[in-house]
Amino acid sequence: MLILDNLLLQQDDFELRADLQVAADCHTALIGPSGAGKSTLLSALAGFLPPAYGRIIWDGRDITSMPPGDRPLSILFQDQNLFPHLSLAQNLGLGINPKLRLARADHGRIEQALVATGLDGLGARKPGALSGGQQSRAALARALLRARPLLLLDEPFSALGPALKTEMLDLTRRLCRDHRMTLLMVTHEPADARALCPQTCVIANGRVAAPAPTAALLDNPPPALKAYLGP
Amino acid sequence: MAACLPVSPDTHLRTRPVSRWVGLLPAAIAALGLAVLVLGTLACVAWWAGGFSALRVAEAHAVWFTIWQAALSAGLSCLLAIPVGRALARRRFYGRNLLISLLGAPFILPTIAAIMGLIALFGRGGWVNTMLTAAGLPSVSIYGAHGVILAHVFFNLPLATRMVLQGWQAIPAERIRLAQSLGFEAGDLQRHLEWPMLRAILPGAALAIFLVCLSSFAIALTLGGGPRATTVELAIYQAFRFDFDFGRAASLALVQVGLCLGALALASRVARSPAAFGAGHDRPALSPIGLSKWLWVQDALAITTATLFLLIPVALIVGRGIPALLHLPPDIWNACLVSLGLAVGSSLLTITLALPLAAASPRHRWAEIAAMLPLAASALVLGTGLFLMARPFMNPTQLALPVTLMVNTAMSLPFVVRLLLPDMRVLARDYDRLAASLGLSGLARLRYLTWPRLARPLGFGAGLSAAFSMGDLGVITLFSDGRTQTLPLALYQLMGSYRLDQAAGAATLLITLTFALFWLCDWIGHHAHSR
Repeated sequence: MLILDNLLLQQDDFELRADLQVAADCHTALIGPSGAGKSTLLSALAGFLPPAYGRIIWDGRDITSMPPGDRPLSILFQDQNLFPHLSLAQNLGLGINPKLRLARADHGRIEQALVATGLDGLGARKPGALSGGQQSRAALARALLRARPLLLLDEPFSALGPALKTEMLDLTRRLCRDHRMTLLMVTHEPADARALCPQTCVIANGRVAAPAPTAALLDNPPPALKAYLGP
Repeated sequence: MAACLPVSPDTHLRTRPVSRWVGLLPAAIAALGLAVLVLGTLACVAWWAGGFSALRVAEAHAVWFTIWQAALSAGLSCLLAIPVGRALARRRFYGRNLLISLLGAPFILPTIAAIMGLIALFGRGGWVNTMLTAAGLPSVSIYGAHGVILAHVFFNLPLATRMVLQGWQAIPAERIRLAQSLGFEAGDLQRHLEWPMLRAILPGAALAIFLVCLSSFAIALTLGGGPRATTVELAIYQAFRFDFDFGRAASLALVQVGLCLGALALASRVARSPAAFGAGHDRPALSPIGLSKWLWVQDALAITTATLFLLIPVALIVGRGIPALLHLPPDIWNACLVSLGLAVGSSLLTITLALPLAAASPRHRWAEIAAMLPLAASALVLGTGLFLMARPFMNPTQLALPVTLMVNTAMSLPFVVRLLLPDMRVLARDYDRLAASLGLSGLARLRYLTWPRLARPLGFGAGLSAAFSMGDLGVITLFSDGRTQTLPLALYQLMGSYRLDQAAGAATLLITLTFALFWLCDWIGHHAHSR
């Protein structure tokens, strides 16, 4: 279980409060108008923004001041998810060992992750030689190798076309199921939230609301969400 | 699906930011070392300085000469750069790109070798005087204030020209198109486009050159001297070597620090020109269409004169030096090895210190300030301080090489850190979060992220510092007892004893080795990692 205990995030004169808990195995969408603080919340969870106040707790452990790389999560940013000067296999290898000290078995695992994401045979390529969809797949493959219980997505597929995006969301759902990862996904598309996440947190007016069932929430939105979704 | 309830707010913990001081340790050590070196020597110099009453009229002259020759050198370099930069901006000709790259060469050309070339061109038996005599005109001497200024213009005109050229290239092509479609004549273009551009570029260029000329030593040592052409740096050397008056040398060193700090304060008030050292991307902004024949003559004259002024001295030396290479005295080869060792050591040390300082700079201002500290001192100021510090404990001449290594490293650090900073900022912006989220840190980060992404500026910076060190004739003159020699010092002594053929040979060797070292480092940077 992920607990945001009386959390206060501050960036210049922007403030965001969160006080809620998210059950493990309970994919959750974060939805809200732009500038409401969706990415800020993910930054804090991933360890890039120290909270001004409060605690972040995962499975009973306080992770508030844990270095980003040690946290029980993997994060996919909107872009720059791969190092362009390293090969795909090396990029994936960083998910196993940040010093890239890899045993023979690890290379097998990298190959398996490539296969699982439909990238078999591309390990020697540099990211620049891949399409946008393939780069997203590679980032997902690395998350598999990191094998952390939480997967944070900060609209990583927003630059892809509609068909490709649907394909990536399907892949994400399948990988989360097979590898028992809990998804926390920032999105501005209600359809994405419906497709993947049983529950949704609305972020608006400086506050992260407690998660509510997605379908009910979208069918009968509270005022802040209604204003965002439009008529 | 579990119910998701708010947690009761019973715990109110102030969280502390994650401390990452361990990663900053190398930068902190480098900064501390620099602070001890620069501030320590300054403190020692201040301790020794017998107050300014020790300074005589001659020293007051030196201060005055230092300031006005630097101002005049900067002014002349900038003034001459205007027509040359304009001509290069609006003309296209065979070899233009090569010429523009050559403009970067004087930056690493060993001073003493170039001075020899200038003497060959402008000296008593040089081409210029031969022509003057043939025309029945009185001959000119290269020794004295005008010689010092001439040499300064030789070294800095290319720098100023590159900056003016970059100013032209930074003008959007649309602006020039608009001007042409409105039927601007050359004069209108000057008033509406060139003049505003120069007003933005030239103050920065002039101050940079002023600062360099302020701590000019090797040029003043060879071409200047006497009551009318002694810089403060040279006066320090003379007080040291000829009068053994360490108190006066220390007082002069303090004066030099004051001059440098004054110029730096002035420089910080002038807005830095946007693309001071950026690469020359070459959009065809200015076109020569519709320019008069007279302007063609003017441009051709500017380009030809500048090119000859820059190339002939070096060509004269190399032409005379190549046959002499086989007849060099054996101790030259020893000096060669010493210089090569110093250059490689200094460039490795520079990179080792510059990398952590540049890496820390985007987030920690103290790292950048520490890297810029050596700008406040000059080579001879540091040398004086280190000499005085070492004297109670040992014969300072034993330290000639370690001190030269330290001072050369300190003097090239500000340049190299400045060189790395833009790329380091981009690296931090693009990959800091990704690296942190993967736990990529320490040596692994250096190996898999920083080195591959920064190999090019690192190679270039290593090349610059190696070339600086190779051609340096500065602090070694204070410490050398005549036995410990670097190649530039050996060359200076050959010149002093009028063995000019051998000197030309040594100069050729020095130029070749300097450029080879620079090129090698730059090549490694380009090929170390395929991006």
